[in-house]
Amino acid sequence: MKIARRALLKTSAATAAAVSTGTMLSSRGYAADPIKVASIHDLSGGLDIYGKPMVDALTLAIEEANAAGGLLGRQLKLVSYDPQSNMQLYTQYAQDAALKEKVAVVHGGITSASREVIRPVLDRFKTLYFYNTQYEGGVCDRNQFDTGVTPAQTVQKLVPYSMKKWGKKVYIVAADYNYGQITSEWVKRYVKENGGETVATEFFPLDVTNFGPSIAKIQAASPDFVWSALVGGAHISFYRQWAAAGMNKKIPMASTTFAVGNEHIVLSPEECNGMLICYNYFQDLKNPQNTAFVERFHKRFGANYPNITELAMGTWQGFQLWAAAVKKANSVDRMKVIEALETPISIDAPSGKVTIDAPTHHCILDVHIAEVRDKKLNVLEDFSQQPPADTAAVCNLKKNPNDNKQYVIKA
Amino acid sequence: MNARSRNGALNGGALNGGTWNGRAWNIAGLVTVGVVGLAAMIGLPLVLELSSLLDVTVYLILAILALSLALVWGYGGTLCFGQSAFFGLGAYAYAIAMFNIGESTIPFLLAIVLPAAFAALLGYFMFYGRISDVYLGVITLTVTLILFNAVNSTAGPEYQIGEARLGGFNGIPSIPPLNWPGMPDSALDLNDLFYVSIVLLMAVYFGLRWLLVSRFGRVIVAIRENEQRAGFLGYDARLYKLATFTLGGALAGLAGCLFANWGAFVSPTIFGLGQSAQIIIWVIVGGRGTLIGPVVGCIAIQWLTAFLGSAQLTKASLAQVVGPTVADALSSVMGFADLSNTSLILGAVLLAFVLLVPRGVMPSLLDLARFLVRRRPADALADKAERAT
Amino acid sequence: MSEGESVDLVLVLAIQVLFAMASLALISVGLAVIFGMMRVINLAHGEFLMLGGYSAIVANQHGVNLWIAMLVVAPLVVGAIGVVVERTLIRFLYGRMIDTMLATWGLSLFLIGLVTGIFGNTTVGISAPLGGMAIGNYRTSIYGLVVIAITAALLVAIYLVLRYTRLGLFARGTMQNPNMAAALGLSPPKVYAVTFGIGAALSGLAGALIAPISGVFPTIGIAYIAKAFITVIGGGAAILSGTISAAALFGAIQEVATYFTTPVFGVVITLAAAIVLIRLLPQGITGRFLKRWL
Repeated sequence: MKIARRALLKTSAATAAAVSTGTMLSSRGYAADPIKVASIHDLSGGLDIYGKPMVDALTLAIEEANAAGGLLGRQLKLVSYDPQSNMQLYTQYAQDAALKEKVAVVHGGITSASREVIRPVLDRFKTLYFYNTQYEGGVCDRNQFDTGVTPAQTVQKLVPYSMKKWGKKVYIVAADYNYGQITSEWVKRYVKENGGETVATEFFPLDVTNFGPSIAKIQAASPDFVWSALVGGAHISFYRQWAAAGMNKKIPMASTTFAVGNEHIVLSPEECNGMLICYNYFQDLKNPQNTAFVERFHKRFGANYPNITELAMGTWQGFQLWAAAVKKANSVDRMKVIEALETPISIDAPSGKVTIDAPTHHCILDVHIAEVRDKKLNVLEDFSQQPPADTAAVCNLKKNPNDNKQYVIKA
Repeated sequence: MNARSRNGALNGGALNGGTWNGRAWNIAGLVTVGVVGLAAMIGLPLVLELSSLLDVTVYLILAILALSLALVWGYGGTLCFGQSAFFGLGAYAYAIAMFNIGESTIPFLLAIVLPAAFAALLGYFMFYGRISDVYLGVITLTVTLILFNAVNSTAGPEYQIGEARLGGFNGIPSIPPLNWPGMPDSALDLNDLFYVSIVLLMAVYFGLRWLLVSRFGRVIVAIRENEQRAGFLGYDARLYKLATFTLGGALAGLAGCLFANWGAFVSPTIFGLGQSAQIIIWVIVGGRGTLIGPVVGCIAIQWLTAFLGSAQLTKASLAQVVGPTVADALSSVMGFADLSNTSLILGAVLLAFVLLVPRGVMPSLLDLARFLVRRRPADALADKAERAT
Repeated sequence: MSEGESVDLVLVLAIQVLFAMASLALISVGLAVIFGMMRVINLAHGEFLMLGGYSAIVANQHGVNLWIAMLVVAPLVVGAIGVVVERTLIRFLYGRMIDTMLATWGLSLFLIGLVTGIFGNTTVGISAPLGGMAIGNYRTSIYGLVVIAITAALLVAIYLVLRYTRLGLFARGTMQNPNMAAALGLSPPKVYAVTFGIGAALSGLAGALIAPISGVFPTIGIAYIAKAFITVIGGGAAILSGTISAAALFGAIQEVATYFTTPVFGVVITLAAAIVLIRLLPQGITGRFLKRWL
């Protein structure tokens, strides 16, 4: 039995080798084969509000690149998968993209859970991976690039700004998972550094919709302002119940998670006016490049597109960084593109200048503080070129190129 | 209750030892399954590329999960809405033990024993409390929701068992793979996992076949058909139900362990309602009261789900299947981007089967086969006699 | 904290506990009517609540007054859907309890898919009307108090209907002995269709009333379904006293546990308490106590 199995494996390996030589030959024969770019984003299931703008941004980026003649003289082809917010399908599609479609790069993953599912798969099958969502930081993997902001980049700016405006006593409400936990650690740290006090921190699972008891608790603690790291559709009811009790008139709120899921459009202006938020990108950023980008986006997807989100811009930037590196390397080969990205690559995006931070594979980028006002996000102050300081504290891929894990960063 | 008693009759051949006809059918069935299984084991790695082989592997693993409910519900008559609780416990037990021990023999066994023990405890509570069928459904549903909620809230750094962080909503990534017993350095690669999965699936299948023709199997079916009558004959229904439920928990745990190996990952959604719904759909589509049915149902539904997410159904491709008028109507109602909506399709499948094909696909197909094969009147008579028993 | 302030806090918390009980009774009563009268476990109950929320919001967006949308439109729409469901699905499955559970679960998935296709996965909602009010230094929502009042009124109305009307007489008769009721000339199919419709309408009303607080999205039913089930099963077969006693018990447990621990443990403790209760009283609270009550 054992011998048979070994023999069998050998035969199958030989067949596989034959098949792959075949495809290599054929791809050499037809140099104009399209370059495949995979997208693995939830388009149905609980997370589709985040996934749809990301896929739209990627679609537009690829269409524009193709209209401009493609990359290295080859057209680009988008291979899109919808994992339906299901982790098993994330694994299956990552395998499919790497092995069957043999894509040049995968853009995908929304939650950290989904990223940690596909990251090892793409490592194993040597396929370049871009994760374009803001997240808790700490991933250290040479095969992966992260274009979203991490807590240190935004929290560091928004905490002192809010404290100067409202006062020193802070009450944190956060989603009960990795991202919420780590973000609240950073908030605590910067509140302390700026001479303030965190009176309490409370975590809510992502499916909680009743916040009545917590609103009573917050009132008992009477903070100067509330910091929200709440996430997702169910948590919108916090803002609603908060406003229904009339608390929004009494205690102001700051957040680095609000508005990513278009909460400011779902809620009425009275319920969320005056909140402070901080991100890399806002649709209302005033610069010529962004104005042109928004115009092209609206032309493609309709003028009443609700809002071009932070995550959509992250995906756009991820694709442009990759494309710039491909041009520089003059190849889609994985290692050549990684080395080109590490030179480092830098692009001028609608959000400002975005540069790969070579030691961490995260991005140095601009962040902006904005205020929610009548379903719009009005930019108040800009901070240019924030480094990913949190991940940099634990990760250096220049020194340890074989590092491959997500560190839990202690704030 | 026509459907139910005919179900009983279907495997009656196996149960009463019965006529030659019944036995011939059983042997034919066993041989077919054995041949197909062996052919798949040898042939699939040759014809499939690696990504498809990996897809097949997860279908085989989930088929073991389907068999666990096929036993508990299809033969034991206990509708468990929370079979995913044991599946998830198996996966988590394996992951946590593996991070702490590093050699997979004990984690593998724990992944079977722990869910079995939990099933035994829960089963004792329910069967010895004489809780009726419907309440049992609600309790198992609630238990799996409790597990989901509890594990979901373990994101904080304080939730750590030895070396393993539970991770809450994000789950546990990078779970180390199984190794050959006693050899911590010889981890199973992806090809090996395929062989292990298909061998274990066949072992579970033939093991259950054997169990069901044994005295134990006959008694649990007798209890399903009429608990009171079986009680009068001196069988303690509670004990037999408890044993079946526990075995079902063990098998689900085994599937969970393999599943954690396949994706090297486990998260609380494994306990979710969606997962539970899927298992029940596999069994009802394949057919209650058969073993091969749920296996087929599982693979078919899994394939359909994966297909829907990658197919990107367009109005044009839809029109080819259902005709342009229907495609127009459908897309004007909901926009064709959303037609690849798994929830909608699985819901419709479940409804259609409960209402139209309550016995599932395999029993209906088998009946058709019997009808076609049956030529001589003597056979028909024998068959009739068998049904009457 | 001064004495007066802590009294205020206790008052605010008491309102929260009352609200938890009321909302539990509200989301369960439709299910209780269907279960008590027909012995049907409707696993699509959560989706009836969800449809109620959407009906109210869509009606409101089309210019219907919010209160009319919540109190009239939502129950009518969902009640009509209930009758259709009973006529096209449930009636083929009477006497097959397990199959009914499965079919309604299929319906539940189907409705989630359908609504996602139509409205998308975004949370939609309406702001809670009436604003907030002050209790000492604390603020609480007036709407919460209104929900408590409406729930109380609804339960009283159900009592009056069951106790004093012809319809209530038929209903009680069918509940106690369906065969006898049929023999006396009642048409069970008619009674069942009407009952299912009324149960669905009550669920629609509940979903609409909860919508301003929690918002509505296609899968919101899942958040309610376990709570509604344990309330109904914990309460037992008597529609009113069962729902009220179980809602009061579980509502109090949940709210107190949530305040002193976290929302997760609030839910876990409530569900665990429910399982223990069902083990101790397999027929529910009203199977043991309050037997002669409605």
